[in-house]
Amino acid sequence: MRSTDKTTEAARVMSICNACRYCEGHCAVFQAMELRLEFNADTVDYLANLCHNCGACYHNCQYAPPHEFALNVPAAMAELRQENYGVYAWPGFMGKLFVNNGLWVSLLSIIVITLFAITTAQLTGNDFFSAHANAFYGVIPHNVLAGLFGAVGLFVLLALTLSCIKFWRAMQLPNPLRLNYRQVGQGIKNALTLKYLDGGNGQGCSYPDETPSMARRWFHQFTFWGFMLCFAATSTGTILHYGFDLPAPYGFVSLPKLFGILGGLGLIIGPLGLLALKIKADPTPKGKTNKGMDVSFLVLLMLSAATGLGLMLLRDTSLVGITLCIHLGVVLTLFLSMPYGKFVHGFYRLIALVVFAVETQDHKAIVGTPKTDTQTKIKAA
Amino acid sequence: MKTLHDHYDVLVAGGGQAGLIAAIVAAEKGAKVCLLEGAPRTYRGGNTRHTRNLRPLHIGPLSVLSGTYDEAEYWEDLLRVTKGKTNEKLARMTLRKSAEAVSWLEQRGVQFQPPLGGTLHLGRTNAFFMGGGKQLLNALYRHAEKLGIEVHYDAMVTAIEIENGTFKRLHVGDHVISANAFVAAAGGFEANVEWLKEAWGDIAENFLIRGTPYNRGGLLRLLLDHGAQQIGEPNQCHAVAIDGRAPKFDGGICTRVDCVSLGVVVNENAERFYDEGEDFWPKRYAIWGRLVADQPNQVAHVIIDQKSKGGFMPPVFPATTANSIDELARKIGLDADILQKTIADFNAAVQPGAFDHTTLDGLCTNGLAVNKTNWARPIDQPPYSAYSLRPGITFTYLGVEVTEKAAMKMADGSLSPNIFAAGEIMAGNVLGQGYLAGIGMTIGNVFGRIAGSEAADYALNR
Repeated sequence: MRSTDKTTEAARVMSICNACRYCEGHCAVFQAMELRLEFNADTVDYLANLCHNCGACYHNCQYAPPHEFALNVPAAMAELRQENYGVYAWPGFMGKLFVNNGLWVSLLSIIVITLFAITTAQLTGNDFFSAHANAFYGVIPHNVLAGLFGAVGLFVLLALTLSCIKFWRAMQLPNPLRLNYRQVGQGIKNALTLKYLDGGNGQGCSYPDETPSMARRWFHQFTFWGFMLCFAATSTGTILHYGFDLPAPYGFVSLPKLFGILGGLGLIIGPLGLLALKIKADPTPKGKTNKGMDVSFLVLLMLSAATGLGLMLLRDTSLVGITLCIHLGVVLTLFLSMPYGKFVHGFYRLIALVVFAVETQDHKAIVGTPKTDTQTKIKAA
Repeated sequence: MKTLHDHYDVLVAGGGQAGLIAAIVAAEKGAKVCLLEGAPRTYRGGNTRHTRNLRPLHIGPLSVLSGTYDEAEYWEDLLRVTKGKTNEKLARMTLRKSAEAVSWLEQRGVQFQPPLGGTLHLGRTNAFFMGGGKQLLNALYRHAEKLGIEVHYDAMVTAIEIENGTFKRLHVGDHVISANAFVAAAGGFEANVEWLKEAWGDIAENFLIRGTPYNRGGLLRLLLDHGAQQIGEPNQCHAVAIDGRAPKFDGGICTRVDCVSLGVVVNENAERFYDEGEDFWPKRYAIWGRLVADQPNQVAHVIIDQKSKGGFMPPVFPATTANSIDELARKIGLDADILQKTIADFNAAVQPGAFDHTTLDGLCTNGLAVNKTNWARPIDQPPYSAYSLRPGITFTYLGVEVTEKAAMKMADGSLSPNIFAAGEIMAGNVLGQGYLAGIGMTIGNVFGRIAGSEAADYALNR
């Protein structure tokens, strides 16, 4: 099993926490910890992905630096997450992209947007800066768009699925068909409600400073549901196009439009709020992580929404070409960076929360424990 | 240090729970308040930082508490641990007034854990702070700042001026501050090894201090030297057995080793010296500090075998392990022959019976000079584990005598009109010896509120 500075530090921190336990009321990390006596790499990867970096345990810690135990749970977990996102990435060598993530995502966005603009301008020639009867499909034909994004989408889906399977196996979850769905439901509920940004009894987490606050939970919900609504807008658009032969543009009272406008607003409010909190936040509990990763992801989300809404307003003007290129460039960068950026945290966190529901309801540790006899036998056979 | 003013209505020394509460109550009554905390900001709050809960009286379920914990039961519990070393009038008043403690704190932003959650299941008698005592401190300091209380860190009182029992002014280094009323809430002297040595002799050098290194008893010394009435004895302190590798100061809760009742405890001569199975661990916990203090070099070792692993709270430091008693003895520096004989004699003396750690199972040894009366199982299943033990001092009982109104008594029998005391510095009035989980925070809470209120009334001429 892997042993690095990050896993060693997380194990050290958890061993001290396990002897103290004052934070057990705060979140799932500490309740999961209490089911164990030792902490190997799988275990700390699990705990790291349960940690929502709310900071409550740091601000309330009697052993926080400058105490000689120098406990900083959220920082240890954040730095370990940064490492294990790379460990579980598929294909493996692409995991290196989690280092200096912000830098390459920024470069990628510049390259992609520029390429989009140059190629489109070349292909449309003099029509690039003019309005079109069929809005943006006049700039880039629907089939080209569908082909490009379909291909990228399929790769993203494959990479994310295989990464999640890798993590799923490390978490020792059984075949999905053999799961208890009441437990899975509890995990999904805890993920969707952001239960562990509630500080333990509903007062909110200690973010951006030690004062409990619901701000981060709300802005995260705006971001998540904004994204889901935008996804719904694209999906309903695709269904209308192929299923009902109703191509874009759509009127204001259509599902793609309503989903898109609401989702777009959520994806502007949420990421802006999270960015503002991030700037204000106490840096100590965040650890020495690649902050660029979080920032570039939030900026891409926000820009996708802003340029999408801009495109809606400008689609019948001569600015449609350039707006479209910027929007599509941002969205394509977002897509390409999904398996190798902050986007993956949602999946790993969801899986960790499902494991937590299983472990707490069965009162037994699964992750990091030796495989049971039956499992070993099946493997041997 | 430089204060905004030279004179305050109420001046509080000590930034733990008791002092903070006194300052808050006084400020809420309209007094101009200055709070002096001896520690730097990151270590503010004295031993409150290491606490976890408070023991409040309650009739019927109360927000974070289940069931009922009435005065009769509470008083019984207190009487049992103090063996009568308590001022009944003050104690009963403290118990009654503790009923308001939780809601008072909640109203000022302190968060509690819901009852019956977590590992300890003490939701009936004790209210647990969400995240521990530091959360309580953070919330109360925020509240104090909102109220405009002037807080100074690194502000240890170095001299005090008292005339005929009346507080005039005090010194923090070169800086002189005067006030109409003074609240002394600066803790005990457990971090002052020199003072501990006066009471315990040189063996105190080998004690570990579990709490804040800033409770050096400076203010207590000044008050006693200026004629305050002393209560309690200097050698009365809460001493438990903790991991010998714990930091000299500030190790807090996680340094406890609670597998004593599962194994055997030997001293440096590799010999047992006390019945490890006398009673349940929480009840016996507080006597082991003194037991270890009486052993050569103030060291002991608890030895368990594989059977007991995982049956107790995980310790903060890893055990020394070995596959034979002989090897274990060498690793921890004991005489291997003697340890092997001690363990062999113990194993041979174990009587048959069923082991049950949840009851006094009567599983005992027979015929040893020191028998183990419960949970005695042979130490015979490798790997064997050893944890070293040393005395860990939590707090001291010596303090100043106070009235029901937290007014400080003078040795000549008079009362100081404007000096009030709260917290560890006067806890010995209620808790003359022994310990009851959460009672220290209860005393600090109740006397903090009384002292703040009385100090404000005096200062504002009400």
